[in-house]
Amino acid sequence: MRGISKRLLAGLCLLALTACGQPAAEKKPAAGGPVGGNAAGGTLKAVRDRGYVSCGASTGTVGFGAPDSHGYWRGLDVETCRAVAAAVLGDKDKVRFVPLTGQQRLTALQSGEIDILPRTTTWTLSRDANGVNFTLPNYYDYDGIMVRKDRGVSSSRELDGASVCVQTGSTTEVTFTNLVASVAPNLKAVIFDSTQATRQAFFSGRCDALITDASGLASVRATMASNPEDFIIFPADGKLSPLTPAVRHGDDQWFDIVKWSFQALLMAEELGINQANIDEMRNSQDPTIRRFLGVEPGNGAALGLDEEWTYRIVKQLGNYGEMFDRNVGAGSPLKLDRGLNRLFRDGGLMVPMAFN
Amino acid sequence: MTNLSTLLHDTRTRQIALQALLLALVAGGVGWLILNTVSNLDERGITGGFSFLDRAARFPIAESIIAYRPTDSFGWAFLVGLGNTLFLAVTVALAATLLGLGVALARRSAHPLTSGAATVYVEAMRNTPLVVQLLFWYALVTLGLPNIHAAFTPIDGVILADRGLYLPRPVMVGDKGPFLAALVLGLVAVGAAWRYGRVQRLRTGIPNRYGRIAILSTLLLLGLVWVTTGLTLSLDRPVIGRFNATGGMGLSPEFTAVFAGLLLYSAAFIGEIIRGGIDAVDRGQWEAGRALGLEEGNILRLIVIPQALRVIIPPMTSQYINITKNTTLALAVGYPDIALVAATTINQTGQAVEGILILMLVFLTLSITASLFMNWYNRRIALVTR
Repeated sequence: MRGISKRLLAGLCLLALTACGQPAAEKKPAAGGPVGGNAAGGTLKAVRDRGYVSCGASTGTVGFGAPDSHGYWRGLDVETCRAVAAAVLGDKDKVRFVPLTGQQRLTALQSGEIDILPRTTTWTLSRDANGVNFTLPNYYDYDGIMVRKDRGVSSSRELDGASVCVQTGSTTEVTFTNLVASVAPNLKAVIFDSTQATRQAFFSGRCDALITDASGLASVRATMASNPEDFIIFPADGKLSPLTPAVRHGDDQWFDIVKWSFQALLMAEELGINQANIDEMRNSQDPTIRRFLGVEPGNGAALGLDEEWTYRIVKQLGNYGEMFDRNVGAGSPLKLDRGLNRLFRDGGLMVPMAFN
Repeated sequence: MTNLSTLLHDTRTRQIALQALLLALVAGGVGWLILNTVSNLDERGITGGFSFLDRAARFPIAESIIAYRPTDSFGWAFLVGLGNTLFLAVTVALAATLLGLGVALARRSAHPLTSGAATVYVEAMRNTPLVVQLLFWYALVTLGLPNIHAAFTPIDGVILADRGLYLPRPVMVGDKGPFLAALVLGLVAVGAAWRYGRVQRLRTGIPNRYGRIAILSTLLLLGLVWVTTGLTLSLDRPVIGRFNATGGMGLSPEFTAVFAGLLLYSAAFIGEIIRGGIDAVDRGQWEAGRALGLEEGNILRLIVIPQALRVIIPPMTSQYINITKNTTLALAVGYPDIALVAATTINQTGQAVEGILILMLVFLTLSITASLFMNWYNRRIALVTR
């Protein structure tokens, strides 16, 4: 008799509690979080309440995202995020950067720890399908291989039998696998969890080659090699990897804001507007420029922002060309060629969409 | 008939009700967590479930005990990682136990230099973080050893360089079937004879040589099979190629670093456990042994260690579990254990919850298995009171 009543009691309590648990779980979306916020429009409101945009950054890739000697974050990815802060909060410095490793980055975005992930992340199907939305590429890259010049190697094919330092959690793992399957069956991988460990292993001579985004390699060569002239970089497999900032699934308004904040940088370059001439340009009679800069209203309201959002982006950060030069191009230690990242007009892949 | 108020005052009933309430609270809490997680994942558009385990992994694993190609599935990749983790944990546990015994004896030594050196070693190992030690060993191997093109080759076929240690690998040439069959048969026979001999000796008190006879006849049989089937042994020597050494068998710097680091770190703890166990055995046992005219080594082996084991085994269990868990630090120096596979899988698929669940289940299973085995062994050697 007692045994039965005990089990009954336990069963009743369990039922009551799981029943209690369910509504609590359903309530979650409306509640949002201090950082999260997933209902439509939730992220914009959460960001405004909080007073800053939370951005995923790398643990240190000079040119794309790394703090300088004063602790101020600089880089192309960093500025892509600052553009959103300028548009939404009026100040490019209302941003906080969360340094993330390759493994952490997507989870951090999915879980709501960050609002935008502009961290040299290649746009792939499985990533796109699993809880994140890719906006538009802010840098067109390819996977590259770096070796010491004195090894006398200049293509992937000649690397057969070599040890290659690979970082986990990157698309270069797949590129490496493809290389093994196609041109160099005896490549040996040496795999590390952290970017720093991968690079150090390469420079200590543990590997013959280092494989990652060509831009990343240029950054490593410019900042870590004692003599950058000793190293050459060549394409791994000739495939394009568009590095694309991503946002969480489920908030279309935020998705649009991030997408168009970057578009504004491209359009400014297309229209010849830069940091220096923007105030002058506001007096322009060109309807396209007037519309773009919000002199003729409409664009801001459509996104849920004020009409000066593009003005602030360009005023504070310049256009895409200026940003490129400053961070990775001729005006930077990396000295990367503009290449595919020129505007479509100039033969590149960067396409400014119409602001109307 | 018992009415409600007597039930309320009955201690037993009250206790049962409290236990049931607690159980319900825990179960409810877990249930709520699961429901909440599922709804959150759903809301973020993340497909849950373990179906990704069948898909091709497409990432490389640097070295493995179990054969692996990137075209294998994520599930297989996890098994490969588990194989590496187990290999590392078992080899480290065995070696650390042996080294630990040595350290314990050294610390108890009457010679001040020996005991002093052992003390310094133990304190240095116990008071620095393991991950720092692993990185130290890795740096020592990759930076301290010469480049592969200037490799250190003390004798032909042995190559020591920043790419690892390469040794010649013995290869049997010919029909291996009969030889392997004879080997298995011989091992079984030796085992059986050894056991039978022991039982006989304990029963009659007369020494016998069944075990030795079995070993000798097995060796004879193996030699006979070797000659009749025409087997030959050749050495596969490693050769320095354009980039790496090829052929032979190699020990990678990653494995060496994590093995050396884990071994030296764990041996310090194990040494202390063994020392404590030996110290716990009453001094009178040593004196009694000496009075019987036994040598010090024999006293230790026959009298002290068996009694010390009873004190040693329980803390050793948690040491072995610690070693198993510490293998996850291998990813700091690039040895592909299961944690590295899980991390990579999470990144490639976005299935963070499932990946972590697998990792938790694996380590829970390993820890419980180790614990069960050690408890069984503990019961076996426990003091039998009559």
